[in-house]
Amino acid sequence: MSHSGMSLIVREVTKLVTGFIALYAAYIVLYGHLTPGGGFVGGVILACCFILTVLAFGKDFADRMITDAGAKIWDVFGAMLFLVVALVGYRAGAFFANFLPHEGNFRLFSAGMIPVCNVAIGIKVAACILGAFLALSVFRPGQVDEEKE
Amino acid sequence: MGAHATLPFVLAVVLLGIGVYAIACKKNLIKMIVGVIVTEYAVNLFLVLLGYRSGGAAPILAEGQAPADLVQRAVDPLPQAMILTSIVIGLGVVALMVAMALRIHEKYGTFDLSLIRRLRG
Amino acid sequence: MVKLLPLFVAVPLGGAFLLPVLGRIRALRLLDAIAVLLALFGFAFSLALVVTGGGGTLWIGNWDPQRGATGINMVADGLARLLLLTVSLVALVAVLFSIRYMERFTGKGLYYSLFFLMLAGMNGVVLTGDLFNMYVFLEVAAIASYALVAFGCESEELEASFKYLVLGALGSTLALFGIGLCYNQSGTLNMAQMARFVESQGLNPVLLLAACMFFAGFGLKAAMVPFHAWLPDAHPSAPAPISAMLSGVLIKALGVYALCRVFFNVFGLAYDAFAGVLMVLGALSMVIGVFLAVGQWDFKRLLAYHSISQMGYVVLAVGLAGWLDRRGHHATAALALFGGLFHLFNHAAFKSLLFLCAGATEYATGTRQLKMLGGLVERMPVTSACCRVAALSISGVPPFNGFWSKLIIVLALAQAGRFWSGYYWLAGMTVLVSFLTLLSFVKVQRYALQGESKPPAAGAREVPVSMCLAMVILAVVCVGAGILCPLIQGDLLEPARDALFTGLRYANMVLGG
Repeated sequence: MSHSGMSLIVREVTKLVTGFIALYAAYIVLYGHLTPGGGFVGGVILACCFILTVLAFGKDFADRMITDAGAKIWDVFGAMLFLVVALVGYRAGAFFANFLPHEGNFRLFSAGMIPVCNVAIGIKVAACILGAFLALSVFRPGQVDEEKE
Repeated sequence: MGAHATLPFVLAVVLLGIGVYAIACKKNLIKMIVGVIVTEYAVNLFLVLLGYRSGGAAPILAEGQAPADLVQRAVDPLPQAMILTSIVIGLGVVALMVAMALRIHEKYGTFDLSLIRRLRG
Repeated sequence: MVKLLPLFVAVPLGGAFLLPVLGRIRALRLLDAIAVLLALFGFAFSLALVVTGGGGTLWIGNWDPQRGATGINMVADGLARLLLLTVSLVALVAVLFSIRYMERFTGKGLYYSLFFLMLAGMNGVVLTGDLFNMYVFLEVAAIASYALVAFGCESEELEASFKYLVLGALGSTLALFGIGLCYNQSGTLNMAQMARFVESQGLNPVLLLAACMFFAGFGLKAAMVPFHAWLPDAHPSAPAPISAMLSGVLIKALGVYALCRVFFNVFGLAYDAFAGVLMVLGALSMVIGVFLAVGQWDFKRLLAYHSISQMGYVVLAVGLAGWLDRRGHHATAALALFGGLFHLFNHAAFKSLLFLCAGATEYATGTRQLKMLGGLVERMPVTSACCRVAALSISGVPPFNGFWSKLIIVLALAQAGRFWSGYYWLAGMTVLVSFLTLLSFVKVQRYALQGESKPPAAGAREVPVSMCLAMVILAVVCVGAGILCPLIQGDLLEPARDALFTGLRYANMVLGG
């Protein structure tokens, strides 16, 4: 895989577009309890934002933005946040109960802990898919081993 | 249920059959992976179709709408939640399969299944 | 205690998320200690559940259908408690064994992460009361096991894991198809509510198709013949503690438990054909497994074929119980089901022990081929003693545990012979299979343990203490379950048997009234 990225036009357009993709991902994650979407979809879009950067600028530049180890740390953070939210539900009486105020409808903060869960899942999925992409990108084709047949 | 109402279900099952054919009869690892993907998505399609209601609305509660009214008019949202989970699981399985196929290529040098037979008995 | 049931899933999941971080910062002693603590917690909690007989239903998030919500529940009835204890015991022993065994591999933090994911998935399958949730946890455990089988990343392990992966994915997809059909007919995903539906409306052809899909999907996970093709490659290729987990608990929790739960409690064995198919699958697996095993010279491959055969015992006994119960012969059905469930527990104990012994042998000598081993009884006394105990258990020699469970199954078949003479033939076949199992293990003992040592077995030394401890624990369980059977049957096995016999009345326990 070439480490110097793609042509000038692709790089310039990527610079313009990446911010909007991340903003869109944040919108889908945060409004997941009101409109279709939620944690998983938003996380995939955020991961696509990072993957676009890696593809357009090459791996060396992207390493300065987020490394393989960084992806794993965010992965663990997202997962533990979700687990902690589920366990704190015990304060409200049951595992995974909704312990934040959830009155009203159609507002951003009207669903209690569900947006928090969405954010956690979004972070985890983004880190996870980015990590999988980075892991698969080190593939080198193998040779047929004649003497082992 | 007229014939045109069962047609999507029949097509979903045909898609399932195509996926199973690809898994069973193809010799290339990547084609087997594509077969697994097609099988999983055929089942997801079937599940979503199960929830469909003719002329139904999307299951999103609009401001000012009564929940009972939504229940009467919307398609069933539970199969949609089911296939969301199923798609994620499918993603995990396919990612693992692709990673494994790449590693097998590193070791054996080929994606051809008939050459990847060191285990016998 | 019911409120703490989700911890069976949450604690291993937390471990799975955090342990790779510890592995990365190279705190390996801490890693081992935390892994053992987590496994110990699971074991202690499941033991407490069994001893106190505690259990019941917990609705996650308090989303209870009685209050108009659609929720997912966790149910800890007798069968769940039996399987939780089995899973936790084998997991504890496997973690103890892995502390030193996995030092030969890299990435121990990742290994523990996958291991605890598999454990969380298995606990989830056993505890959940919702059909789709069972599929989700089944997939979590299965995906973790696919990755664990390929953990060594040698060419053969990758090939075996790929085959396992493709077949497993196909089986799970078919099971999901069945679940979708069940949802469409009954309007609910909850197992208790579906049981209520089946009780009132009976089965229709769509549910019959779903039942066929479940046979295929869960039967593949349980490695029943004709869905067994993945097991002889996958189980030997995995690292030894993972082989112990796979053969010892994964095929039971994901395969046999799911089959029993769905066919006894949700479908209520509405057709005779269900029990009949279980019996046919069980009998085929039993016979074909042992015939394929007799000619094997690879230690772990031989054990894998025997897994197929012993699982056949369990499924045959369960099918027999279902068949007889429908005809009103409750005493014999109770005996058959008791024998089947006891054999499930025993097989987890002695098969895991056998795989751990094979792993210890491989750790010490570097080979799995029986013809290249020999004379281990002087060089590795603890391993050989445990291997003897396990081999005697699986062959059904008194007073070890395998003898009692096989005896009960044969007695149940012989008693059932009063109703149909074909069962006498089945009983005879069971005894023959036992005899062939004994032959295989005499061969193992003769070639691996006795004889004179030649290289590479000549350089073998006893394995480290933690591995010995793991094997000794299981050996004690094998002997103890055999001798103390009357003590444990009341707490452990009879509630499990009764939980399956309640059939469709399972819904009353879960939903109340």
